[in-house]
Amino acid sequence: MNVPENLRYTASHEWLRAEPDGTVSVGITDHAQEALGEMVYVELPEVGRALGAGDGAAVVESVKAASDVYAPIAGEVVAANGALNDDPGALNKEPYQAWLFRLKPSDPSALEKLLDADAYRKSFE
Amino acid sequence: MLQTPLIDVHRRAGAKLVEFAGWELPLHYGSQIEEHLAVRRAAGMFDTSHMLAVDVEGAGARAFLARALANNVERLRQPGKAMYSCLLREDGGILDDLIVHFVREDLYRVVVNAACADKDLAWLQSLGPERTVLSPRRDLAMIAVQGPAARERTWTALPGLRAASEALEPFFGVQAGAVFVSRTGYTGEDGFELLLPAAQAGEAWTRLAGAGVRPCGLGARDSLRLEAGMNLYGQDMDQTTTPLECGLGWTVDLDSGRNFIGRRALATQLPTRSLLGLVLLGRGGVLRARQRVLLAQGEGETTSGGFSPTLQTSIALARVPARTVPGDAAEVELRGKRLAARVVRPPFVRRGRVLV
Repeated sequence: MNVPENLRYTASHEWLRAEPDGTVSVGITDHAQEALGEMVYVELPEVGRALGAGDGAAVVESVKAASDVYAPIAGEVVAANGALNDDPGALNKEPYQAWLFRLKPSDPSALEKLLDADAYRKSFE
Repeated sequence: MLQTPLIDVHRRAGAKLVEFAGWELPLHYGSQIEEHLAVRRAAGMFDTSHMLAVDVEGAGARAFLARALANNVERLRQPGKAMYSCLLREDGGILDDLIVHFVREDLYRVVVNAACADKDLAWLQSLGPERTVLSPRRDLAMIAVQGPAARERTWTALPGLRAASEALEPFFGVQAGAVFVSRTGYTGEDGFELLLPAAQAGEAWTRLAGAGVRPCGLGARDSLRLEAGMNLYGQDMDQTTTPLECGLGWTVDLDSGRNFIGRRALATQLPTRSLLGLVLLGRGGVLRARQRVLLAQGEGETTSGGFSPTLQTSIALARVPARTVPGDAAEVELRGKRLAARVVRPPFVRRGRVLV
């Protein structure tokens, strides 16, 4: 299973990447896509929406089931990856390229409190 | 968990294995959607060894089946002829659905669902078969080879079957050496279901794969049967529904006057609900089982649903008020939203063609 070192993670299998412009990209991990199966639909948050940490932000639906994707940290949605509407399978093929949405974090240091790659790997061992 | 004779073959092929009706079976071998499309376009195969064949044998076999089955066994006169039927309770509730093959006047082979097999056997025995012996055939494995190229590739892989099965009409079966070959299936495509000795299953599977028949799991099996508009027992129908309420009125023989179990209840039933199809019109999610359906005639509920790889949108079977007709507008409740759908008459897809 692929867990890149440069990302942050949650126990609910989201990944987060700090972008150079100060925003944070959020997606689902390789482990999550593997467990959920082939994706056939995504529901993305509206740009401008304010999310609290733990709020439901997106929904991904696989051939098996629908799953919520949560905002791991508080912030405002500044972008949603609309390309996934036409190609939800990208979540399976390239889970760490296929970001779902980008947040402008309310607290820029919030990211550091999340799991690093090592801690994430251990979370489901 | 119970395992079929093909479990090691599945493991070696990298199958993702799951529990189904007490059996350990492949969900997929990598991509459920590609497996589904392989069956629609060429050929795929399923390990259906969890299903149970029961031989019904003896001078009283026909009379026994005439009482036990809702469909008319008198239709079974040509050797090899197969027939779909429900097994009913006295109140018309469905105990199981099955295929019965006419082998000869004193021998019939019934194939039932895995989850119902023990219950079915106990029920059939409780009816007190006279001059009839029921023999569960756990010694047989079952491989369903399905798709437009399924028969041709079966003959390439297992040339010994060609002579006996080349002239086989749809819904007929024939014994070809050790293999019972039946031109039936659960996908809406042409193909065979092969019942064969468990010890021969591994080699047959490997030869079929070598001839270009793609191994497929339960995931594709479910999306294919949904597109084909075929009911899944335990999901689209069960003991609380009668065949008249789930699109299976055509399998109930109320005309011949034959006194089968469930006849009295069905003869007087005026169904208030029926089972029809739904096609999602826009985006907004995937239809799944147990979602609320709103119609001009009242409310209904989806019984099966999913993404259709052939239609590239979501489809469902739904229990709806009996006055609902194809073409009606419907809304399906999903995550607090109401998504627009169109009522259609299943099947959605047959022989590779979209019908809705």
